[in-house]
Amino acid sequence: MSTELRSRPAASGPAAGAGHAPRWRSSIGLKIIMAVSGIALVGFIVAHMAGNLHVFEGPERMNEYAEGLRTFGEPLLPRESLLWAMRLGLIAAAAAHIASSVALTRRASRARPVKYASRKAARGEAAHAAATMRWGAIVIAAFVVWHLLDLTFRAVNPVKDVPDAYGAVVATFAPERWPVTVFYLAALVALGFHLRHGIWSAVQTIAGPSAVWRRRWRAAALVTAVTVVAGFAAVPLAVSFGLVS
Amino acid sequence: MKLRLRIWRQPDAEAAGRMVPYEIDGVSEDASFLEMLDVLNEHLIADGADPVAFDHDCREGICGACSLVIDGRPHGPQAATTTCQLHMRQFSDGDTIDIEPWRAGPFPVVKDLVVDRTAFDRIIQAGGYISAPTGTAPDAHAAPVPKADADAAFAAAACIGCGACVAACPNGSGMLFMAAKVDHLARMPQGQPERSTRVLGMVEAHDGAGFGGCTNTGECSAACPKEIGLDVIGRLNRDFRKAAAGTA
Repeated sequence: MSTELRSRPAASGPAAGAGHAPRWRSSIGLKIIMAVSGIALVGFIVAHMAGNLHVFEGPERMNEYAEGLRTFGEPLLPRESLLWAMRLGLIAAAAAHIASSVALTRRASRARPVKYASRKAARGEAAHAAATMRWGAIVIAAFVVWHLLDLTFRAVNPVKDVPDAYGAVVATFAPERWPVTVFYLAALVALGFHLRHGIWSAVQTIAGPSAVWRRRWRAAALVTAVTVVAGFAAVPLAVSFGLVS
Repeated sequence: MKLRLRIWRQPDAEAAGRMVPYEIDGVSEDASFLEMLDVLNEHLIADGADPVAFDHDCREGICGACSLVIDGRPHGPQAATTTCQLHMRQFSDGDTIDIEPWRAGPFPVVKDLVVDRTAFDRIIQAGGYISAPTGTAPDAHAAPVPKADADAAFAAAACIGCGACVAACPNGSGMLFMAAKVDHLARMPQGQPERSTRVLGMVEAHDGAGFGGCTNTGECSAACPKEIGLDVIGRLNRDFRKAAAGTA
């Protein structure tokens, strides 16, 4: 039998002597950027969730807390110093997180130009991740845009008076505005799955734990995700069911 | 056993491929999966048809040549088993079995189920070796290795370079393969002199070949016939970070 075998050369690496691409643009470099920016965002999310719980202490304490974020460091620092430092840091972290994930996602899709005809459910250690990370990220990004318009800029919130954080929370999650609450809870579910994989995945990328510590970090990620989701969900649910008004 | 097969047929690298149905009867459940394909090919040759091309060599699970995605799983449904060690008793009479090649941009199809895996060779050429002086072999106890390190290095060295990790990865990443090679040598005293340049060079070759990045889903480990764990990828990440920062 004579069968002529013609092999298409695979994509080749950089030409010899062409120098190498910057290390941070390598697949692991981009993962480290994702991991570090992701950890910064997790830190913010946990602090934000804890701060939200002031709602249960009543309007005065909640608004005091909101005002405290603005006056933190006064008179040594200008008003809203902490707030703007947080905002700039968050914008930088979110931009780095999204940009590196887009670059890695594009590389991943180029790495499998022809799909499998037969597909089986994932069975890896973090089988849920493949299905939830990228779609969940889009849900979370859409939610962040809505959330800023709602409770930061108050563009879509009935309470325009910015110092009245408590009033804005009660107004946005009012029972008749139930789609807002449902969207909030749906985004929380996406966030929960994102944290469940993202937290231990960041540790795996930065620290490279042993098999035992990998299991422990995966458990810690799950506990953190459940805590964050429960803490955030408590506020809209309490308002919707009239426990906070 | 009577089976229906749907096999990826592609005449050459440039041609379009498609899944082609075949029927085969009288398959022994003691036959290996590759022997079942041998029987199919004998029928095809007798009928004057082009036999199905597939890679195979040792047929005892140690060479890494066989490379079939069987019903959506690299190396088929049985854990820790290469395609050549998979037996037809894992299937039932009347089953329909889909057989496809590894699917990855850096692994172009040569013909039917045969893919070109020289991208892996380029990763090895970029650092998957040690430089050793010629001459008399050193005494076995000249460079003591703690037992735990020796065991871990051996576990990583069990990688046969088949590419099932790439085939299973949702991102088409070759990280498990590369990490096994990097970790195997990083565990040994002989691997230390080139430890930094090795990891940097191999990651560059991996990315340059067009493999995707790792998202830690663990599909690679689940498909690996040698059960290599995700911890090697963690240590690859750590070695890369240290080498890139110039601290290793």
